Amino acid sequence: MSAAPILRIEHLTMRFGGLVAVHDLSFEVGGGEITALIGPNGAGKTTVFNCITGFYKPTAGRMALIHGDAAAWDGLDALTQGGARWATQGDGALYLLERMPDYLVTHKARVARTFQNIRLFAGMTVLENLLVAQHNRLMLASGFSFAGIFGIPSFTSAENAAIEKAKTWLERIHLIDRADDPAGDLPYGAQRRLEIARAMCTDPVLLCLDEPAAGLNPRESAELNDLLLTIRNEDRTSILLIEHDMSVVMGISDHIVVLDYGVKISDGTPDHVRNDQKVIAAYLGVEDKDVARVEAEVGL
Amino acid sequence: MAAPAQGDGVGERVVGRAAAERVDVPHALRQAGVTAALAFALFLPLIGFQTVQNIRNELVLETRWSLLFWMVAIAGISRLVYDLVIAPWRARRAAARPRASTTAAGVWRRRLMPFAIGFLLVYPAVAIYGAGWTGATKWIDNFGIQILIYVMLGWGLNIVVGLAGLLDLGYVAFYAVGAYSYALLAKNFGFSFWILLPLAGILSSFWGIILGFPVLRLRGDYLAIVTLAFGEIIRLVLVNWVDLTNGYAGISGIPRPTFFGIPFTANDDGFAARFGLEFTPVYRTLFLYYLILALALLTAFVTVRLRRLPVGRAWEALREDEIACRSLGINTTNTKLTAFSIGAMFGGFAGSFFAARQGFISPESFTFLESATIVAIVVLGGMGSQIGVAIAAIVMVGGVEIMRELDFLKYVFGQDFDPTQYRMLIFGFAMVLVMIWRPRGLISTREPSVFLKERKAIASDLVGQGHG
Repeated sequence: MSAAPILRIEHLTMRFGGLVAVHDLSFEVGGGEITALIGPNGAGKTTVFNCITGFYKPTAGRMALIHGDAAAWDGLDALTQGGARWATQGDGALYLLERMPDYLVTHKARVARTFQNIRLFAGMTVLENLLVAQHNRLMLASGFSFAGIFGIPSFTSAENAAIEKAKTWLERIHLIDRADDPAGDLPYGAQRRLEIARAMCTDPVLLCLDEPAAGLNPRESAELNDLLLTIRNEDRTSILLIEHDMSVVMGISDHIVVLDYGVKISDGTPDHVRNDQKVIAAYLGVEDKDVARVEAEVGL
Repeated sequence: MAAPAQGDGVGERVVGRAAAERVDVPHALRQAGVTAALAFALFLPLIGFQTVQNIRNELVLETRWSLLFWMVAIAGISRLVYDLVIAPWRARRAAARPRASTTAAGVWRRRLMPFAIGFLLVYPAVAIYGAGWTGATKWIDNFGIQILIYVMLGWGLNIVVGLAGLLDLGYVAFYAVGAYSYALLAKNFGFSFWILLPLAGILSSFWGIILGFPVLRLRGDYLAIVTLAFGEIIRLVLVNWVDLTNGYAGISGIPRPTFFGIPFTANDDGFAARFGLEFTPVYRTLFLYYLILALALLTAFVTVRLRRLPVGRAWEALREDEIACRSLGINTTNTKLTAFSIGAMFGGFAGSFFAARQGFISPESFTFLESATIVAIVVLGGMGSQIGVAIAAIVMVGGVEIMRELDFLKYVFGQDFDPTQYRMLIFGFAMVLVMIWRPRGLISTREPSVFLKERKAIASDLVGQGHG
């Protein structure tokens, strides 16, 4: 892998009672890269997402995220030994995601996510959705509401800045004309784009997308590819995505991790993964007469 | 997307009009006949026959054919009128109104506001002009003050239920905390109303946080049950902690509020004497009226401002989708607790005002029925809508009060008729009707807190109801 990692998952295990959804999973997400997490249904991809974003507390494992200078990785063991959730070092900072509740993962570690079944605030306007995403900065500017009630100028300017930012994103996702419409009224593809824009309004360093292309037509999928590439190239935000649509996965990913039954079966560039026998077997199965041979090859 | 949506609307309208213009007279007659036959079958034993005791104390059967005939005729004709007139009219109206999830936001609502506030300011003068100095007390106190207390409680609860979407069935507990805080501290320590008003608010909001913590993880029905239990716990503590609260007997002789230090008494240093006026108890009532009006307007002002601040948007986002909120870095614990505590604070203000106005409080004033009334005001008015809640409070509280005034009904139904006896029945009936016509309350659309070009009201079917 070329880029220095921004997120390191090490020995991640998630058990629900007797079910092991994710078993001893380790992989890295490269900084400034698009990493895809793929696998058949029920492979544990969304569970990995929920662990990273703090919605689940993993049974075991370490998930470390870095901000800024890669030199901060040196402090990882010291941070793990200590009880702290994060440590700053020079220009960089290191976060142990498994120790943080979900809202702090977004607020402090700046990992944003979208959901497989879209979760917009349907009864709020498109613009309001993007302003809710900028909650923490605005809350600070409003003096935790005490100063905001009296309409202090510094809050007004912070709010105007937030609206400007929302407008920029609305132009990027071609929804500026629908800014004042309720989010629940948008067509499906637009809702998907809006959810990505909303996640981006939290200023993330890592954007986690759970099946962003699900339900999109080919043209919308192509537009999504462009959007994700500009997020990677212009906003310098790393992306981790779960996706079944191979035109998206193979088209834009720098790095692919394949899961099956909660275990990593392949990890590498799109070309590497495409030709990996284990991946082909996991997705397509093998003919009966070949089972023994393939099993021997993949080491089962 | 806009074009095909409009196209669909036009299509529906055309189909609707075609259906509306075709009034099927034979069908209507047939329906009327069926209705009359059904009514006859039903009414024959109920109305057609009557058992009476004759002079020898025997039970005899009498017939009432003419009454039966009229009842059946009314049923049949009503059905005919419905089929020939009302149904086509409704179809036309439904067809003329295209389905839309947004409408131009209530411009009339904002235009109405200055008039509404202006009316509230001059209302006591109107009452005094209409009913004279002695008669006005009833109109200002029973209607004005009573309604405004409930408007304020409704607006306070609206923050919790309407904005944050947390169903709180024990809101009266905070009202009680405010009232008892004022009563006990004023009586035992002699603090003035103006010190105790904020203090009662702070104490209530403290109890709001105390309630908030255990219910943070609860949703929906479970949240409702626990808040209901909380309200009952507070009431039972007030009943049983006799040393402090004097139990069922309540606290009497609570100091009344003064006009910034000048009491409303007939003495030489009383309000009337100081200002060279003739003494009348109306001055105190007037003062209380403007006090509660100011408190209610403060509640409205703060709520409107909070809605446009990040915390208000976070409340509404919480009502829409809690998980999405957490994914955006919003601390939902703090957000819920602020909603509970700010809602409770306004309940506490209203409670301390209530104690000061009554001069006597007992646990009887803080039963579950009060909580239910306040929740009903919020639900009936339309969750999240300030004006809807105000209208609902006027209708619910004022409506019950006005029933006492409807003496003319005695001439219609006979001297034995007491309209107040029927008020709960009429009231329940009215609520059922409102819920059929407007299931999401009188004003169900949501106004966005911020807009780029045009403020469009959002239809209620898109807006979440929360409760968790």
